Amino acid sequence: MEIPYTTETRPDTGLYNAKLGIWLFLASEVMLFGSLFSSYILLRTGAPAWPHGRAPEIGLSVPLATINTMVLIASSVTMVLAWASLKLKDFAKYRMYMLFTILAGFAFMGIKSYEYATKFEHHHFPKTSTFFAIYFTLTGLHGLHVLGGMIVNGYFWGPGAKMWKTDPERFTNRIEVAGLYWHFVDLVWIFLFPVLYLL
Amino acid sequence: MSAHDDPESIRREVKAYITVFVSLAVLTVLTVAVSYFHMPVGLAVLVALVIATFKGSLVAAVFMHLRAEKKLIYWVLVLTVIFFIVLMSIPSISQWDQRMLR
Repeated sequence: MEIPYTTETRPDTGLYNAKLGIWLFLASEVMLFGSLFSSYILLRTGAPAWPHGRAPEIGLSVPLATINTMVLIASSVTMVLAWASLKLKDFAKYRMYMLFTILAGFAFMGIKSYEYATKFEHHHFPKTSTFFAIYFTLTGLHGLHVLGGMIVNGYFWGPGAKMWKTDPERFTNRIEVAGLYWHFVDLVWIFLFPVLYLL
Repeated sequence: MSAHDDPESIRREVKAYITVFVSLAVLTVLTVAVSYFHMPVGLAVLVALVIATFKGSLVAAVFMHLRAEKKLIYWVLVLTVIFFIVLMSIPSISQWDQRMLR
């Protein structure tokens, strides 16, 4: 049985199903990260003292996190350009932009891993303090989301790209939906970065 | 699918993507620069969140095509924002509640 409305729009919603589906999923993700941000607010306002991310005893690297922010923003651009290339029927360009997106994900995770490694070297673990508990939880969950996105994008760059030959419109929609998820992951980081590193 | 599928519209969108990318890069630098100014915590939080919200809006409106999206998605997001505001208010509500108990 065919999955309905993968390319043609449903009459009542005016959308193809996956697009509504991904936005509903992103709405739930807003509540997931929102609850953690809310916890951060509660923890911080309830604490007698709260260190600045840049404080020596915490040692978060603003330059590294700024680079990571630029990396994710750039990956968001290449992701949407990958989709635009498919709309313009340029499969080669799509593969190029999608590869950049995946590589940017590797760069982000690489820098994050280095940051985590330096924290652990200094014996800073989630159990060390409330700051580190919420820092590792927020960035850890975000990192897992980046990883998940990279796996999906990798599939669509590799074996999943076969669908371009059999059903190009449906494949283009899949990339649009994957892109919406990826932009959301970027959006979360846009808020995480100042909250944890700069305030 | 939509009226904006022709190559010319897509190419115009691509110009918008690049413009937003440059804006986001500049705003990121601004976010970091502003954080080095000495200001009271409340103001620092407000400035950081205003810039971040503006950056997020650019991503949502342009990269995620929200500015051209169907009303249904818009209403899903309005509902989400309402619940998100409630979620963010829970710490304040709990503290008010604690004060009332004393």
